[in-house]
Amino acid sequence: MREIEAIIERYGAQRRHVISMLQDIQARFHYLPKDALMEVAARVRIPLIDLYSIATFYNCFSLLPRGEHVIKVCLGTACHLKGGTRLVEALERELGVREGEMTPDGRFSFETVRCVGACALAPLVLIDERYYPKMTQRKLTQVLARLRRPQPAAEAG
Amino acid sequence: MKIRTLEQLRALEHELRAARDRKPCVRVCGGTGCRARGSEDVFGRFRVVLENEGLADAVEVKFTGCHGLCERGPLVSLAPHGIFYQSVEAGDVPAIVTETLARGVVIERLLAQDPITGKRVRQEQEIPFYRRQQRIVLRFNGVIDPTDIREYIALGGYRALGDVLTHKTPEEVIEIIERSGLRGRGGAGFPTGRKWRLARAAPGSIKYVICNGDEGDPGAFMDRSLLEGNPHSVIEGMIIGAYAVGATRGIIYVREEYPLAVRTLQIALAQAREYGFLGEAIFDSAFSFDIEIVRGAGAFVAGEETALIAAVEGRVSEPRQRPPYPVQRGVWGHPTVINNVETWANVPIILERGPEWFARLGTATSKGTKIFSLVGKVANTGLVEIPMGMTLRELVEEIGGGALPQREIKAVQIGGPSGGCLPKALFDLPIDYESLTEAGAMMGSGGLIVMDDRTCMVDVARYFMDFLRDESCGKCLPCREGTQRMYELLTAMCEGRATDADLDVLEELAQVVKETSLCGLGQTAPNPVLTTLRYFRSEYEAHIRQKRCPAGVCKALIRYVINAERCTGCVACVQPCPQHAISGQLKQPHVIDPERCIKCGICYEVCQFGAVEIV
Ligand SMILES: Cc1cc2nc3c(=O)[nH]c(=O)nc-3n(C[C@H](O)[C@H](O)[C@H](O)COP(=O)(O)O)c2cc1C
Ligand code: SF4
Ligand code: SF4
Ligand code: FES
Ligand code: FES
Repeated sequence: MREIEAIIERYGAQRRHVISMLQDIQARFHYLPKDALMEVAARVRIPLIDLYSIATFYNCFSLLPRGEHVIKVCLGTACHLKGGTRLVEALERELGVREGEMTPDGRFSFETVRCVGACALAPLVLIDERYYPKMTQRKLTQVLARLRRPQPAAEAG
Repeated sequence: MKIRTLEQLRALEHELRAARDRKPCVRVCGGTGCRARGSEDVFGRFRVVLENEGLADAVEVKFTGCHGLCERGPLVSLAPHGIFYQSVEAGDVPAIVTETLARGVVIERLLAQDPITGKRVRQEQEIPFYRRQQRIVLRFNGVIDPTDIREYIALGGYRALGDVLTHKTPEEVIEIIERSGLRGRGGAGFPTGRKWRLARAAPGSIKYVICNGDEGDPGAFMDRSLLEGNPHSVIEGMIIGAYAVGATRGIIYVREEYPLAVRTLQIALAQAREYGFLGEAIFDSAFSFDIEIVRGAGAFVAGEETALIAAVEGRVSEPRQRPPYPVQRGVWGHPTVINNVETWANVPIILERGPEWFARLGTATSKGTKIFSLVGKVANTGLVEIPMGMTLRELVEEIGGGALPQREIKAVQIGGPSGGCLPKALFDLPIDYESLTEAGAMMGSGGLIVMDDRTCMVDVARYFMDFLRDESCGKCLPCREGTQRMYELLTAMCEGRATDADLDVLEELAQVVKETSLCGLGQTAPNPVLTTLRYFRSEYEAHIRQKRCPAGVCKALIRYVINAERCTGCVACVQPCPQHAISGQLKQPHVIDPERCIKCGICYEVCQFGAVEIV
């Protein structure tokens, strides 16, 4: 947990910077591990329950681990209007898990976000932070099939 | 290199401008939309090809902010030719370099087409999407490289600041902003000059100015595009504002979901410090000021000013009762001016061109321009800037280019989750603060979403209510319970389970939440419901009485069927159907087995002949 220590130190263990610390931890581990939260609580002297309330209040934090491939479906207004919900349903069907969950083999997890800033090209899906504009259920199925194939080394997409 | 006097700044400006004008320049759009379509590769390819052709020193390539017409990205414009290429792929780059840049030959297929005449047009200004706009705040977006302060200086950047610190008193600056009639672009439209005056008058030796870059509207990208495309205009505005109110500390609050904006700002702030526009004794005056970035963690309510203050202080962003207003008690109890990104970006322009010039733009009560993110069911989607007072019709029909093929526009949603839906019948309304509020919507921060006959207004109301119940911070009861209950009622309607009595309850509830909630979130939350009820009541009634969704959106109330007359039996839909619900002979009309169909709509998506219908 030396990394956690470094993140806390980066902000001088100051109370007013806890949100930034959690953001950095989230960026590093893709979720907020319980041990990390406990360490922040101890070092910054803030009750663990307060950290949990921050972690659950803001949308960018996740308390569950994420899969190898993280899929985000945009459900901002423009994307909703252009069929984002259908894309969510397609993923539920394809992956057999619900929003926020990870497939049992740990390969995929998917979540929904609200607006990724390219609304003009709605609906959008992000897979491992890569943008897929004007997405359709068909295209989504094809991309998933490609990602599922065992390790084609130089997967350019 | 620190700039200490106006003369030094002018000298630098001239030098940079001359250097700039000597070379042709390629501007590749690096806005989020174009990046999503691979503009990074286009930019990279330009570098390589120019290098290979031995033109690396003769031509400049810039990666800029959003050019506006995101729909047609990746966009590339060439200066000084003024040629505007759209849908450019990396593979097109060698031709652009060897044909256009080297020999002046225009590549027809990359030019935009005039929708009416069908003629190919070369220049941005010939495209109707741009022709009807008045790009003032966005004037450098798509023109400058946002990561290089010299680009901004070359075009006159920081001149307004130098002039203010050399020639004007804080009172004079406030008076100029007051005379310009500038009002806040973050939603409510509070007069900016008055806000500054209140903050200046508030007692206290420590004061703050804050830039609100939370942009909570889920489906809009104006503020983001400004921060990513022209960060120095916001920073310059903040420095001027800080001088006017007597603040020594500034904060830019940006949402975490905008990492590129954060990175661009970090670079811009460092460069502004290097040039002496931030720090001690700016322009050798007695005024010192600096800005830090605080990343917001994604909560709609965090954009509300008192909640934003809580977030800046490291607490959960819950709003509190006002008064006291932030100009009296803001961050850590100090007087604080909070303005929206676009509001700040207007400030240097007003100082440079004068309040009278600014006040001539727009209407009697709404001055200047407004940036909108024009998205949804409209031909040209993107970022637009128009003079206040333009009608919704001009915006949607002329700039937006009207409906998508075979569809009909029926409404716009303006103002995000706090705003409302306005029907086509009201499209002659001028876009100004008062007209929009009177019609039940609001200016908001610039989200503008076009809806057509395939958009269900009950579903839209339900969508916003789902968002709002999620985003309600839960501190006050009417908002917390009211949004939840309204969401449940709307869901029942969309699923065909509601009665006429439910409609009355919904309407009543909307009124109560509006009148009794603590903060702006709750007070405006019912707007999407109230406006759709007011203008699209028949759609609600169809859902309730006939169990029918006229737009064909609400899953529980629709069926997919194949029109035997249109179906060519191409079998394209058979394999994609996840339920194997479609059957038929090759070249014969197919049918959908309603027992199996889960209404995913894939067949509707893939059929090229429009044979799949929603009934
Ligand atoms: C629920 C809610 C969300 C808001 N979100 C934003 C926002 O994302 N950006 C913004 O600039 N203002 C937002 N505001 C308005 C701010 O409270 C504040 O009025 C504004 O930042 C003041 O700046 P202006 O006068 O320049 O508009 C929001 C208000 C409410 C009630
Ligand atoms: S809507 Fe989906 S499940 Fe139903 S027939 Fe079409 S493809 Fe098959
Ligand atoms: S894709 Fe369309 S035309 Fe082809 S078989 Fe299906 S319904 Fe008929
Ligand atoms: S709504 Fe999906 S990108 Fe904005
Ligand atoms: S992102 Fe390129 S035009 Fe908007």
